[in-house]
Amino acid sequence: MNLAATPVRRQIHPPPVPASPFPYNPGSLLSAADLDLEGLSRILLRATELENEDPLVRARILAKRRVALLFYESSTRTRTSFELAAKGLGTDTTLISSLSSSIEKGESLKDTGLTLKALGAEAIILRSNSSGAPWLLEAETRLPVLNGGDGMHEHPTQALLDLRTMLTHLRPGLTTLAADTLAGVTVTICGDIQHSRVARSNMLLLPRLGAKVVLCGPRELLPEIAATAGPGISVERDLDAALRQSQVVMMLRIQAERLAGLQLDLEQYKTGYQLTGQRLAAHASESIVMHPGPIIRGLEITAGVADGPQSAILEQVKNGVAIRMAVVERALTAGKENGGRA
Amino acid sequence: MTALLIRGGHLIDPAAGIDAPKDILLKDGKVSEIAAPGKLKPVNGTEVLDAKGLVVAPGLVDMHVHLREPGQGYKETIATGTAAAAAGGFTAVAAMPNTKPVNDSAETTRWMLSPDRGAVVRVFPIAAATRGSKGEAINDFAALKSAGAVAVSDDGLPILKDNIMRETLAAAARVGLSVIQHAEDTRMTQGGSMNAGAMAFKLGLRGMPAEAESAIVERDIRLVTELRDARAHLHVAHTSTAAALAAVRQARRNGLRVTCEVAPHHFLLTEEHVGSYNTHAKMCPPLRSAADRDAMIEAILDGVVDAIATDHAPHAAHEKEVEFENAPNGITGLETALGLSLRWLHKEWKMPLGRVLSLLSAQPAALLGLKGRGTLTVGSFADVVIFDPKGEWTFNARETRSKSRNTPFDGWTMLGKVRWTISEGRIAFKNETA
Repeated sequence: MNLAATPVRRQIHPPPVPASPFPYNPGSLLSAADLDLEGLSRILLRATELENEDPLVRARILAKRRVALLFYESSTRTRTSFELAAKGLGTDTTLISSLSSSIEKGESLKDTGLTLKALGAEAIILRSNSSGAPWLLEAETRLPVLNGGDGMHEHPTQALLDLRTMLTHLRPGLTTLAADTLAGVTVTICGDIQHSRVARSNMLLLPRLGAKVVLCGPRELLPEIAATAGPGISVERDLDAALRQSQVVMMLRIQAERLAGLQLDLEQYKTGYQLTGQRLAAHASESIVMHPGPIIRGLEITAGVADGPQSAILEQVKNGVAIRMAVVERALTAGKENGGRA
Repeated sequence: MTALLIRGGHLIDPAAGIDAPKDILLKDGKVSEIAAPGKLKPVNGTEVLDAKGLVVAPGLVDMHVHLREPGQGYKETIATGTAAAAAGGFTAVAAMPNTKPVNDSAETTRWMLSPDRGAVVRVFPIAAATRGSKGEAINDFAALKSAGAVAVSDDGLPILKDNIMRETLAAAARVGLSVIQHAEDTRMTQGGSMNAGAMAFKLGLRGMPAEAESAIVERDIRLVTELRDARAHLHVAHTSTAAALAAVRQARRNGLRVTCEVAPHHFLLTEEHVGSYNTHAKMCPPLRSAADRDAMIEAILDGVVDAIATDHAPHAAHEKEVEFENAPNGITGLETALGLSLRWLHKEWKMPLGRVLSLLSAQPAALLGLKGRGTLTVGSFADVVIFDPKGEWTFNARETRSKSRNTPFDGWTMLGKVRWTISEGRIAFKNETA
């Protein structure tokens, strides 16, 4: 007798999964998936226009509007560029960080959000160590919420500035995005994928423009299941093999703060996954080298590569301000009749 | 005590094999007479319930609820929890011991059973298996049983140590209690807040692997096999994975006393329902893959599952309105279990009404050894649910009798509107507008 015989399969129609109600506010940017190609094009175009605008004219665009930066995690690039972007458009900004506010006293994200709204904040830029926090904040405040990085989940403005950086090099002069804009382009993202919100936002965004995303890293930092996160994503354990097919290589740092007890042999890691001048010259001598920062020189990337001619790392930082100006402007003007640019 | 005559209804009593129009007379808290329609005449003082077009069935038995008392009355009290139970058609609920303090003593068990708690249906405490549910020292099961405990469990926490679990199974068998295990190898789920898999990766949440459940179920079945002669009874709480069910299925073929329950959310929802970090889709065990969910449905239809239990776990709104990882596990379920089971198991997946009702009453009553419950034979307790089997309705969480509203089923269409719930001859709930 076959004990393992499976019973007769029945036709099962389970209850449907309800559609997401997010984003509630048309000005919000929670996920890289929130933007369609038209919306993406508009943001990239506005980023360029705003960057080239006379600073005095630019400062009148959102004069005296109120934007709050709510930061539960430390940040250099994201915080400063969002702040410069918002101020560049003339807004009044205020920074609330977890260490110098009532968050330390146990105030919840909901109450912090409602407090900021009561103080007149018209949009909130949130950096949180919890995946999904921007969704909670948006649902509770219904304000435009800009996701400045949530836990291990997403960092959509980083993906946008990365896209701008790639287009500058690979598709100069392009003004409208299409589903095949990056056809033929392979982007390797290498390192601590498991804990990376930058990787998740990029792997959601780039395939929609026709790019292939190759994820690279050891099993501990890159589960096989990552390849199923969306179309156009594959996993390659061998960095050299990944480099050989890539026009763009994006290195990520190991997020020591999120390893949760995981022990890694760093010497072994460097042997397999450090981007060295030798490796780059041998396998990807024409590729653009990117890194969202912070860089740990000598670990995932050598100083020579970070500072070398193929590096676009500081360009990425610079693009952050332009992209975030466009995103902040969209947050405060979206959904308004005629005035809406997004 | 006044007598109640239920007239014109259709009696479904799966344990007694009755599925026919019958009138029922309830007297002094017991079923007094059952007769063909029109045969029973009300005497003076008999209240008559017109059950025309309605199903009359044994009151439902939920073998897995959290009533939060003692200690967390802001989430739920025994009074509000049993009011929600009555509204959902339940006349008996087995209360898990993860209260504050943990119910690991005869004293707490008696406190829960005191009339001062204001229970409107019967509460059957499940006592902690180990002191403080810490999984180290086994409690005095004989004393707990005589105080009223109907099973032992460290629910919410598994008993990880093999020797402690073996001793728990043996000691419980000696006094005739079953051991209900929350099967989760917590060494594999640390930091996890949803099912491990593609969805968890996408949402950037740490996962709880299916193996964390099946590993403990398999370990426990090994122990029950070793204790075969002692007739140890293992009951697997809120089974959520295909692998755990397969292990239970096999153990049963091997003649072991291994039983299991499944919660409505595990046979209806999947990890996809976490959606955009919906904390009302966060519970432990978590919502699993579609394949696991389908396996729950299969096993219910096949008869491998012994009971539908809600794992009713109320939490205050402010506790759930937080970041997903920080939200407590659990959802309410007492008012939606019948409506969902009838809507999906019966109507959609064609399970006979009697079998659905059996999973919600006769079978859990038998598992807990509740004598005279889960059936309506003459002399049984007058625990009755009367519902309109055709009545479609929409569940509105704001109208819940529970103190909490943490349910993923708000706005869902239900089938089977409860008209009366009768607990030992007293009307515990009525909805005459239905």
